[in-house]
Amino acid sequence: MSEPIIKTEHLTFRYTTEEGVAPTVLDDLTLSIQAGSFVAVLGHNGSGKSTLAKHFNAILLPSGGKVYVDGMDTVDDSRLLDIRRQIGMVFQNPDNQIVASVVEEDVAFAPENLGVPSAEIRQLVDDALKTVGMDQFARHAPHLLSGGQKQRVAIAGVLAMRPRCIVLDEPTAMLDPVGRSEVLSTVKKLNRERGVTVVLITHHMDEAAQADRLIVMHDGRIARDGPPKEVFRDVEGLRSMGLEVPQPVALMYELRQSGVDAPLDALSVDECAAALSKLLS
Amino acid sequence: MALKDITLGQFFPGSSPIHRLDPRAKIVGLVVYIVALFLAKWFVTYAVLFAALAVVVKVSTVKVKALLKGLKPVIFLLVFTAVLNAFYTPGTPIFSFWIFTVTYEGLLHAFFMVVRIMMLISCTFLLTYTTSPLALTDALESLLSPLKKLHVPVHELSMIMSIALRFIPTLIEETDKIMSAQRARGADFDNGSLIQRARALIPLLVPLFISAFRRADELATAMECRCYHGGEGRTRMNQLHFRPGDVVFIVGAVILAVVIGVMGRFGL
Repeated sequence: MSEPIIKTEHLTFRYTTEEGVAPTVLDDLTLSIQAGSFVAVLGHNGSGKSTLAKHFNAILLPSGGKVYVDGMDTVDDSRLLDIRRQIGMVFQNPDNQIVASVVEEDVAFAPENLGVPSAEIRQLVDDALKTVGMDQFARHAPHLLSGGQKQRVAIAGVLAMRPRCIVLDEPTAMLDPVGRSEVLSTVKKLNRERGVTVVLITHHMDEAAQADRLIVMHDGRIARDGPPKEVFRDVEGLRSMGLEVPQPVALMYELRQSGVDAPLDALSVDECAAALSKLLS
Repeated sequence: MALKDITLGQFFPGSSPIHRLDPRAKIVGLVVYIVALFLAKWFVTYAVLFAALAVVVKVSTVKVKALLKGLKPVIFLLVFTAVLNAFYTPGTPIFSFWIFTVTYEGLLHAFFMVVRIMMLISCTFLLTYTTSPLALTDALESLLSPLKKLHVPVHELSMIMSIALRFIPTLIEETDKIMSAQRARGADFDNGSLIQRARALIPLLVPLFISAFRRADELATAMECRCYHGGEGRTRMNQLHFRPGDVVFIVGAVILAVVIGVMGRFGL
């Protein structure tokens, strides 16, 4: 196994309120994410998954415990920019993360902040736009693009920093099905072809099923952690946390309940169909 | 009402020599031209300035119609200025009624004033028509950068301007959405007295403001995530470059202003 790019040790986080009694959002989380992996984080609203993501690039700092990015402690103010350029963040609403009124100007924003020379910025921007398949829209106005295209521009804007890891906080929540699949295939391509570590925070089970590793958050703790096939096996456990399983798994589960010996590790529709035809033959 | 049709900070993309000038040269040229406008005294100087503007308009390929359209909102101001000048300039009376007297000097003064304002507005519109908003904010930042020594937050101001420009279409879209939502609940924005219509805007403005603040908060986080830390050590992808043409343009504008100033001295 390679070095972990993100490591948390007994990470605890609570919001400080005037009254003093603050709810604990993250509770003693110890976790490490290997470089090059594709990790999905699943959890219902309020499970702490977005709060966890914001600790990965020092937008939030831990109330207790430690977070290390590539060996750097996120509390260390002098390494702040190094940490943030390693971990690119993409948020839910693409409109609220695009800064400039021309696509390529927006993608150039991060390298401009980092003080990269002009000629190099040009290269980074062209490369980032090509990677997400938006190079023909370089001179367009972002508000005229579709949701999926905007989100790909946002991803390009992060890629222009050449990060080793990108963290996406429900990037498809506001998109239509076409936009969702555009964004998801872009993210998967980045992971497979560029070796970029991907942390995908989502509440779509089918998206989570495509990751190498699935972390389920519940009440600020890690409830499950493992390959999606294993995690989704525990249908009752997930349902007790208010989470559903992917539809193929749900179907297999129902079949098992009614006495058919169906396997629970068919995550995709294809796998499910194959398993079913095997059962029928 | 289709809010999407509203065009703000109009820019007509093109590739004329005026479009291709460095935006800084255009702003400096504009300022010098405006100074010249105020140095003009008589028909000759106004004619020279008008000819100069006409040449630039011709070269820029901006349609005269578009420029005239820009004058529409100021018609009231023009009429007001003309009337005031016509009545309140002392001199040889032409005719008078009740307590008002129209003088020969007054009419002339009114004419020059109106021409001056029209040319002032036309040349300003010519700048925004031929320069992208982004280039304009970049140019302003660059031109105002000496003020940084006086601790004027020049970078921050230009960043605010460019973000404002970026969010105009987004907020217009949002306004449209909120209007539809409120209409669906029976809100009426189009009928009633002025006061009633103004009051009808409250259920529009409150959600718009709340959403704008939420957006600002998210944008700030997203900017921080992309390593934004103020103007210090920041580079730009598209740098502004002064070319010989830009120098010629500025020198031309300065010569024009000096000539107008000298001619004005001689009462031309």
